[in-house]
Amino acid sequence: MESHLASNGIVAALFLAAGVTVWMVRRSRLWSSAFVSLWRRRRFALLVTGVYVAVALLDSVAWVGGDSLAVDTVARHEARSVIDRVFGGNQEKSYSAPFAEAEFYGGGDLRYPGRHWLGTDMIGRDIFYLTLKGARVALLIGGLTSLIAIPLALLFGISAGYFGGRIDDVVFFLMTTLASMPGLLLLIALIMVMGKSTLAVCVALAVTGWVGFCRVSRGETLKLRELEFVSAARSLGVSEFQIVMRHILPNLMHLVIITFVLMFSGLVLSEAILSWLGIGVDGSWGQMIDQARNELSRDPIVWWNIAASGTALFGLILAVNFVGDALRDVLDPRTIEDER
Amino acid sequence: MGAYVIRRLSYGAVVVFGVLFLLFILFFAVTSPDDIARKALGERVPPAVVEQWKVNHGYDKPLFPAPGHWADNMLVEHYRRMLTFDFGRSDADDTPILERIRKGMGPSLALTIPLFVLSVLVAIPLSLLVAFFRETYIDRAGVILAVLAMSVSVLLYIIGAQYLVGKVLHWFPISGFDSDPRVIVRFLALPIMIGVANGLGGDIRFYRTVFLEESNTDYVRTARAKGCGEIRIMSRHVFRNSLIPLLTRIVVAIPFLFTGSLLLESFFGIPGLGAITVDAIQGNDFSVLRTMVYIGSLLFVVGQILTDLSYALVDPRVRLE
Repeated sequence: MESHLASNGIVAALFLAAGVTVWMVRRSRLWSSAFVSLWRRRRFALLVTGVYVAVALLDSVAWVGGDSLAVDTVARHEARSVIDRVFGGNQEKSYSAPFAEAEFYGGGDLRYPGRHWLGTDMIGRDIFYLTLKGARVALLIGGLTSLIAIPLALLFGISAGYFGGRIDDVVFFLMTTLASMPGLLLLIALIMVMGKSTLAVCVALAVTGWVGFCRVSRGETLKLRELEFVSAARSLGVSEFQIVMRHILPNLMHLVIITFVLMFSGLVLSEAILSWLGIGVDGSWGQMIDQARNELSRDPIVWWNIAASGTALFGLILAVNFVGDALRDVLDPRTIEDER
Repeated sequence: MGAYVIRRLSYGAVVVFGVLFLLFILFFAVTSPDDIARKALGERVPPAVVEQWKVNHGYDKPLFPAPGHWADNMLVEHYRRMLTFDFGRSDADDTPILERIRKGMGPSLALTIPLFVLSVLVAIPLSLLVAFFRETYIDRAGVILAVLAMSVSVLLYIIGAQYLVGKVLHWFPISGFDSDPRVIVRFLALPIMIGVANGLGGDIRFYRTVFLEESNTDYVRTARAKGCGEIRIMSRHVFRNSLIPLLTRIVVAIPFLFTGSLLLESFFGIPGLGAITVDAIQGNDFSVLRTMVYIGSLLFVVGQILTDLSYALVDPRVRLE
């Protein structure tokens, strides 16, 4: 019942992390010039991504009470987010078309005529409201999965690349074995085995997703290990741990960011497929699209559910893909050299 | 060459052993046979019935080897059955799994082989074209279109095309399957088109990057300097030298043709291996799911070996030693 407090805490932590990141980016000429050129190239995509993030954050800050829109006494004792308070609560009994004055089938009266900009779904929930709620789910899937997968990949990749020998053999074997199992099937198997929950989906996506980045960070570490500043540090007697933290890890950061953004869109799209198979995360756009399969075969058809969730999903993925491509151009030293 | 093949095969065997171990952990240690039985029978079944079900399905032995049952336990049994392709019966409806796989292979291949060939035949010429017009508006438009196409969820492709072509235009049946060669095209045309469209964006982007990387090499510049035509450069210098990354992407995909397409098959009612897998997910059929993951992994390992061998065919620099 206290989950909204945890959610609020995470939002606060995110703001703190964002603040620290901005401060560090501003201190470093390399990173701030990268950001400036990213902003110049992909202003619109960055802004669109920002809107999605803002909606997700507004849906994560929640508190109990003080809500005039709450329909019944139960709802009055539940924590409701900013999005719930502004857009929630206008529940109908059945389908209604966008801006409709009456119910879609049968033409019964609506409680809130003309107020449903994107219509309502089968049990009368406002589609605009549900679409906004989906942003949080999508970002949660992408963010939580990356938070599990990327540190895991870095840990294994760096230790394999830096220490070599037995450790490398073991990590390499683990990577080959996991990569040999067909991704979608392994994903499904993991979720089936762990039970269906948001965390299970994210863990499963992370387990199937970390191998690619592990391979990249292993290869990059192998290269970095041979560079002069690393051997200089080693001959000065700097400890292995210090070398990894000071000289290897910072030189992998640009790859971390590129991977995070490029991985993100793939994760959200995978969740849509999982939703369709019935093992996705509750409240995701994938689930809304899944419902639309039946709605399109109704007569007259219900098109607004899939239109809204499909567009929202497409918009996020497109914006993130554009940002990711530009990031790769901006941060990858190989392409920077090409431009000179 | 012979020594290389043997080394490659033996590492493949080690990987298959690893895969089987992970599968065992997933399907026997994380979900115990009791869980599987409960899911198949329902929660409110007396323990005696659960025990009987476990005996019937061969789930009644101790999990790991230990004194007293070194050979007679689930782990050894799991390896023995998987390696001899003795997959047993489905947890959900008791049908023999090998039989189902044999039946599903045909429809799956009828869908995936044309889909695969068409994808390659469409994507490579298009990306050569885009790479040929590099740094012009055609290239830029091509890249943006590819990103747009990549950003659409496969679900939207399927639902949208099924609605438009099947329901509004009535060109093809919405779903179903008939292996009669005269009508099979009518059932497969739509899923194949959707499959090609879904993969096209990512393929074009990948191939274009490969071709562009090759276009920036010294020998391409030399060829241009000595007066080679652009078309000759594209076909002789760029395309030939891009074959290694192209093959990596293409040959690796071949084994997966046998596992079918999860989404397309279940959406269009094609009774292939993908549809079997989806049924297994919906029916909590762990034995079928386990088998499908195993077969997929086995095929992947074979595909990896094939890819490595195909390098030797296209690139004389690769000496397999």
